Amino acid sequence: MIYISVSIFLIVTSALCLYRGIFGPTVFDRVLAINVIGTKTTVIIALIGYYFSQVSLFVDIAIVYAMLNFIMTLVIGNYLEKEMR
Amino acid sequence: MNQFIDIIAMIFLIGGAFFFLVGTIGLLRFPDFFTRMHATGKGDTLGAGMVLFGLALQASDLLTAIKLILIVIFIFIANPTATHVISKAAYKSGVSPWKKEDKN
Repeated sequence: MIYISVSIFLIVTSALCLYRGIFGPTVFDRVLAINVIGTKTTVIIALIGYYFSQVSLFVDIAIVYAMLNFIMTLVIGNYLEKEMR
Repeated sequence: MNQFIDIIAMIFLIGGAFFFLVGTIGLLRFPDFFTRMHATGKGDTLGAGMVLFGLALQASDLLTAIKLILIVIFIFIANPTATHVISKAAYKSGVSPWKKEDKN
């Protein structure tokens, strides 16, 4: 009961965060919004694993997605710094 | 003893969800890019740490709890580093900070 309600709350919050991803004045606002949505997604994956009682599978997926989110933010930050000069 | 750990884990889950909400409200309402990064960098990292720690308290075996603690340590190192890289790229390309005089 507690797992599914926190998951729905986090999904609604990350959909609110999409507003800054579309209407952000600069391109850096959009990169920041995608980083926030990625962090929320790792937490939602772990919570869904607890809800469906298959904990060991979904925790492994959450580890991989956290690393993927970090690498993507670093790569696009490095590209924007070299491109905007 | 089991019910005591359940209540503490529920407190961690609800507190983590509250910090996520506060960080996203800061992302929507702040006037400048650097102030928005303050809100999300702090609130998001702390909220994720609290929710995953509350899940690790309710794990059925020890290996799952160790994996969740590893995710928490990785997020505590990775999120501020990514914030620093984005902030440096924004400063180098000319985004100017918000001053108190321009009221918009």
